[in-house]
Parts: sequence; structure tokens; C-alpha cells
Amino acid sequence: MSPTANIVVSILFDGLAYAMFLFIVSVGLSVTMGLMGFVNLAHGAFAMAGGYIVLSATRGWGVPFFISLAIAFVVIGAVSIVFERLLYSRLYKATELDQVLLTIGLAFMAIATFTYIYGPTPQSIHLPDYLSGQIDVGFRTFPVYRALLIAIGAVLIALLWYGFERTNLGAKIRAAVDNRRMAQSIGINVDRLFTLTFAVGSGLAAIGGGLSIPLLGLTPSFAVIYLVFFLLVVAVGGLGSFKGTLVAAIVLGIFDTGGKYLYADAGGFFIYAVAVLILLVKPAGLYGRE
Amino acid sequence: MAANVVTPETGMSAKDRARAFLIDRHHLRWPEALPWLLAVAAYFLFPDRMTFGTQSLIMVLFALSLDLILGYAGIVTLGHAAFFGIGAYTVALLASRYGWGEPITALFASAAISGFVGFASGWLLLRYRGLTLLVLTLSTTIMLQEIGNLFPSVTGGYDGIPGLQISPLFGVFQYDLYSHTNYIYCLCVLFVLFFVVRRIVYSPFGAALAGIRENVARMHAVGSPVHARLVAVYTIAAAIAGIAGALFAQTNAYVTLGVFDFDNSAGVMVMLILGGAGRLYGAFAGAIIYMVLQDYLAKMSPEFWQFGIGALLVFTVMFARTGLFGIVENIGRRFGKRAMP
Repeated sequence: MSPTANIVVSILFDGLAYAMFLFIVSVGLSVTMGLMGFVNLAHGAFAMAGGYIVLSATRGWGVPFFISLAIAFVVIGAVSIVFERLLYSRLYKATELDQVLLTIGLAFMAIATFTYIYGPTPQSIHLPDYLSGQIDVGFRTFPVYRALLIAIGAVLIALLWYGFERTNLGAKIRAAVDNRRMAQSIGINVDRLFTLTFAVGSGLAAIGGGLSIPLLGLTPSFAVIYLVFFLLVVAVGGLGSFKGTLVAAIVLGIFDTGGKYLYADAGGFFIYAVAVLILLVKPAGLYGRE
Repeated sequence: MAANVVTPETGMSAKDRARAFLIDRHHLRWPEALPWLLAVAAYFLFPDRMTFGTQSLIMVLFALSLDLILGYAGIVTLGHAAFFGIGAYTVALLASRYGWGEPITALFASAAISGFVGFASGWLLLRYRGLTLLVLTLSTTIMLQEIGNLFPSVTGGYDGIPGLQISPLFGVFQYDLYSHTNYIYCLCVLFVLFFVVRRIVYSPFGAALAGIRENVARMHAVGSPVHARLVAVYTIAAAIAGIAGALFAQTNAYVTLGVFDFDNSAGVMVMLILGGAGRLYGAFAGAIIYMVLQDYLAKMSPEFWQFGIGALLVFTVMFARTGLFGIVENIGRRFGKRAMP
């Protein structure tokens, strides 16, 4: 393989792995924002908390990696229902500013709590041997873990797509995103629908947080640092659009990885530049409704 | 509020009533002297805490600039630190690269450059709303930070620019170790700019901003140039935030790329909300509460501080939406007194 082709393949592969992480975390945020128009800046905190659950489960209690991901999904999903019922549900009709303030407050509290427990230093995870090597596909090798991340992403995309497009529940969610009042008036319980999608979305964020540890490490400030990327994906994709979130995650993931490969110094600049350009042209996102 | 302040005489036209209302709002009221008296008293009461006092005054000014766009015009931004940072780096680059350490002219330079960036970004971004605007303002600020990081030879990268040489004020007043000069300097700048802001929000322009905040569709319908008004106030707020940043760089004699952090944008918003947005003195109360709490809690542990500020935000949103001044106003109303200005 020529060096150029090699770099291109590396960028596409790593970019796709990163995109899967972005997608898994952002899809819940996109759907809940599309449903209720709720600006949830604490979404990154749910992902961060999920990451720490995975960390504690695997390191402290010796739980296998995949099972700890499932635990993170269930625990964070359940916890998010409590938050949604106690706090979020009171602010559905409030202004955007109130929602921003509430969720920034929650994110700060989460960061403080996890810093208190785990300390501010980046944590890493010890992967089992079958996940940490390289995989040989003939013409070159790929890291197993990233390949696995892409595979998990593909499976989740398939599951979510099926749930979204082919089930009764998915049809209700799409109807409510399209026109909440109309959906309510034909008897869809949008509040309950929202609680459910909020829980699933937060649970997915927790899985994403856990999956990201081997790639990015984990610190409490993950909740704010990566929140920006999740918001970018949601805004670029278009609120409430499953397809948009996927496309935006792939575009931004590959651009970010490519930028860091080719111009290490300019680092994070590309993802913002690309996102801002797209938003200036299409303010409602690629697949959003104007 | 409007109706019980102005008592329209019979036969007054709507235009006269509006004029009487606007003129009446400009009148200074006695309680307005209070924060300034307290600020002067603090100078004599806490002579050894003037470094803290100086930083608090700068934050008051920063929060005041955000109040113009968030409290009065209703623009929700997550990138106000951009202008603070531009102002700070203007001072730092002028002093470190061009030996321009004269503080007052540097303030004007910072205001001009921040104002220009505010004008350009406002013209481009203020046609968007909601999540798109949040993401765009947030991204612009981070991009500025990344650009700063790209040219470490100019900006010093993440280490920043230390040891700025700032000339004595008017060539006379030297800076002392305890920031006494700085405190008076910042208080004077704040005083001047506060009355500029007061003049703006009580003008017909300020009334138009409140109209945009309350009902933008109606303002379009009555033919108000909404976008131009928003860009104008965004530019002014950016210039004032730039001055706050310039004072920050001058009084600390160093600056780092940390001024562009999300925490800075969020922090100033928290200050304003604690005091009460859309009120002139909300920025004062909020910034002081924030700074004092930070001083106490962060000394115990940084986590306490962050948890405390988060909890305070949640509490404010859930129970005290109008900030400290709103609470005072509500209590006052309960006892049948007239609302505070």
C-alpha cells in the first residue's frame, strides 16, 4: 500500500471509530432536544458518569468490560429518569436560558462530585487481551478495539434505526418530533414518551462514555470538554433527526481525526471550522426542519 | 412598572407620555448611591484585600456587559468570554510586543478591537437563534483559543504572556503590591462605563431592546430594525467586555489562553443570574456574591466551590428565577412597598 493510501485508510478508520462514539452519545441528545426543545447541557455529565461506572465495575469488582457497559446503561438510564421527573419536567415550558442554567448547574455538580471521588487525574482502563491487540486483514493491521467500536456502533445504529423507523414506539417519537401538539391531540402521551427517550438517550451516553475511555482517557471535565462536540453533532445533524445525527457524527469525526493526523498543531480547529461553516449555510442543520 | 411610575395627565398624547416615562427613568434615585458608597468604604475597611476587590470590580464590569445582551436584549450566548479574552490579549500583545504599556489608551484599543470583533461576529451570528446560536458562539470562542494556541511565538500558547510592563497611570500613579491604585483605577472605569450602560438601557434604544427580548415578532411587525439593534448592542457589550478583559490583563500583569475557557463564559452568566439579569445592579450583587463564595469555598476545596456554584444555579432556576434583586423586590411587594429601581 502506498503511504498516502495508508494515511487515508487510517484517517477513515480512526475517524469512523471516533464517529461511532460521537453518534452513540449524541443520538439521545438529538432526539430529546427534538422532542421537547430542551437544551440539555448536562448530557456530557451522563456520559462521564457512565464512564466512571464502567471504570469502577471493571477495575474494582472485576466485572467483564461488556457487562459493565450494560450496567452503566441501566444505572444511568434509571438515574436520569429521577432527574427528568424531579427537575427537567418542570422546565419544559421555561425559556432556553433557564434550561441552559439548570443543566450547566447539574454538570458542575456532577464534575465536582466525581472529582471528589476519583480525583482530577485522567483515568485509564485495562482492556482484556482479546481487545487490545492488532487485527490483521491481509494488506495491513487495524487496532482491535477501534474495530470493535465500529462494530458496536454499527449494531447500535441498526437497532436504533429499527426501533425508530419500524416500531410503533418509534413512529410515535417521530410524530411527536414533527408536531408535538398534533401528536398529543391524537392521544400520544408525549411526556411519558419523553421520559422514556430521555432515559434511553442518557443510557446510550453512558455506554458511549464507557467505550471512549480506552481512546480518550477519562477525567471529570469530560462532561464539559466533550459536551461541545455532542452539541456540534446535534446542531449540524438537525434536531431530532436520526439520519442527521449519524451523518454529522461521521463528517465531524472524520474531519477531526484527519485534521489531527495532517496538522497536529491546528489540532481541534477543524471540527469547529467545519461545523460553523455548515451551520452558517444551514442553520437548522443538515437534516433539520427550517 | 411603567404605569405606576408615570401618572398621565389628561390630554397628554402618547408621544408625550412615552417621553415623560423615558425621562423619569433617567432620574437618579437615592438607593443608587449605595453600591458606590460601599465600594469606596471597602477601600478603607479592607486595605489588605484590594487585590480581591480589584478582581471583583472587573467581574462586575464583565457581568454588566453581559447584562446588556442577555438581560436586556435576551440573546443567550455561551461565548462572551471571547471578547474578554480579546481585550486581555490586546493589552498583553501591545505591552509585550510593541512596548505600549500606557494603560488608558490600551483600554481604548481593547474596546475598539473587541467591539470590531463583536460587530463582525454579531452581524454574522445574530440572525440565528436557539441551539444554533449557542453552538456558534461556543465554537467561535474555542476557535479563538485554538488560534491562540497555533501561534505560541506570539501568544505564548497555553503558558500565556507573563510579566507585562504596564506604565504608571497618567504617568504618575505607581502600582503597589496591594493593588490600591488598581482598585481606584478599576472603580473609576466601572463608574464611567456603568453610567454609559445606564444611559443606554433607559434610552428609547434600550426600550426597543426590551421589546425584542419580550416579543420579537411584534417588533418586526412595528417596523423596528431588529437585526441592526441586536448587532449594535452586541458591539457595545463586546467593547465593554473587552475593557473588562483589558483591566484583567493590566491588573494581573499576565494573561493566559484560559480566559477563553467555557468556565469563564459560564461563570459570568452565573454571576449575572445570581444578581438578576435585566437589572442594572444585578451585575453588582451577582459578581460580588460569586467572588466572595469562590474565595471562601475554593479555599476549602475546589470541588466544594464547583459543587456549590452548581447547586446555587439549580436553586436559582427552580426557586429564585429573578435573582437576588427579584427576591428583594418580591419581599418588598409583599409588604406593600414600591419596587426598587
